[in-house]
Amino acid sequence: MNNNLFISLSVPLIFNMHFKDRDLISINDLSKEEILFLLDQAKKVEAFSHAKRFGLLQGKIMASLFFEPSTRTRLSFSSSMEGLGGRVIGFDDEKTTSVKKGESLFDTIKMVEQYADVIVMRHPRDGAARLAAEASSKPIINAGDGANQHPTQTLLDLFSILKTQGKLEGLNIAMVGDLKYGRTVHSLAMALSHFDCNLFFVAPPMLRMPKQYLDELRRKGMTVSEHEKMEDVLGKVDVLYMTRIQQERFPDPADYEKVKHVYRLTRKGLTNVKPNLKIMHPLPRINEISTLVDETPYAYYFQQAGNGIPVRQALILQIMGVQL
Amino acid sequence: MTATVKEPQKEGSYKVDAIKEGVVIDHIPPKKALKVLEILGLAELDNVVIVGMNFSSKKMKMKDVVKIEKRVLTKDETDKISLIAPSASVSVIKDFKVVEKRHVEVPDEVKKVIQCPNPNCITQSNGVKSYFHIVKKTSPLQARCHYCEKIFDEKEFLF
Repeated sequence: MNNNLFISLSVPLIFNMHFKDRDLISINDLSKEEILFLLDQAKKVEAFSHAKRFGLLQGKIMASLFFEPSTRTRLSFSSSMEGLGGRVIGFDDEKTTSVKKGESLFDTIKMVEQYADVIVMRHPRDGAARLAAEASSKPIINAGDGANQHPTQTLLDLFSILKTQGKLEGLNIAMVGDLKYGRTVHSLAMALSHFDCNLFFVAPPMLRMPKQYLDELRRKGMTVSEHEKMEDVLGKVDVLYMTRIQQERFPDPADYEKVKHVYRLTRKGLTNVKPNLKIMHPLPRINEISTLVDETPYAYYFQQAGNGIPVRQALILQIMGVQL
Repeated sequence: MTATVKEPQKEGSYKVDAIKEGVVIDHIPPKKALKVLEILGLAELDNVVIVGMNFSSKKMKMKDVVKIEKRVLTKDETDKISLIAPSASVSVIKDFKVVEKRHVEVPDEVKKVIQCPNPNCITQSNGVKSYFHIVKKTSPLQARCHYCEKIFDEKEFLF
């Protein structure tokens, strides 16, 4: 990474940010300065050797509570904690827990807080992480609550944009696919409202970006436009943020069948794009990005997933009160 | 505000007794009185409560009225009904006289007043009490669920 890319972020860092023992439930809980501070911390962590990182959280325990399936996020958090020298306890299937016996989320959290220094949780219900934070005296990091929020994904998305584009201001960014149920695009759009970007929302009519977000973005003075065809925006954008059409979020399977193959990005489709274009995706992908695109210089989704490590390490370190 | 005028005797109030001490909530939309009592938690108390429903009203055509004896309701308490009864007026009665009259105002946040319409919200299970932040206080109101963060228009509110 070009270290100069982050020079513009140094100004707000004179403020002392207080993250120790704080929860991170929603990207909306963070100010612009706090977001920039965390991205700068991630950049510092990324520059550390593995050996240096490994000594930072010796003896600390992270509880990893995954009430619904996850591969990437769960492994990324575990890898982040273990890379800092800490330990991870938890579960990735609520069927093996007392929740199956009828234990409430509140009680589960009150129990787990006795065993861990920080709690990372994913839950299928919207708002579950906020409730957990009210129950817990230990900090909670939301690793996804239903269709609502996934703030560390947003931070790593912002980190990826900053790394590849050198800035967060003034970019043309398209979000494509499931904009209705996709929590990553909701959170990313709201986070980008701190920066002067042009947002292009590309979705079929039944998966449009919800009005609540469009209204809020416009209220904040953002330039946003809606499109049905990806080709209408491909040549204009610096970042193409693709998403999976999420079958599990559709109440009616027939509706999923109508839209499941609506967008497919191919190498041929990338002939007239900006040279600095980067294609991102929160993963997993199904078929919305051809594997042939992986070989182009525009593909960035796997590096994007890798950026989750320094970003989550920076966040955990801040929450645990470790100053870099 | 203090006053020495008598408790209003108009718009059909002749049908229910005046109270000596307590609170009168007037200009409640018709058929909402019982919900008002529920929101205020008055249905479970032992105080004398007089409920008038579907009275004729010059201003509202029809209205409900609630009178609660020997109970003082603070502004914070009565503002909780503003989402269901935005035009309600509250009169505090002492010795059969109105000593304070106020209109309800939309508060910044409400708890246990409206249910979250989002079927996947955590408040739909786990016995979690609803909690909303009012993000737009002029009609039509908008409220954001504290938990699922979704914003709902007034017409979507579930009482």
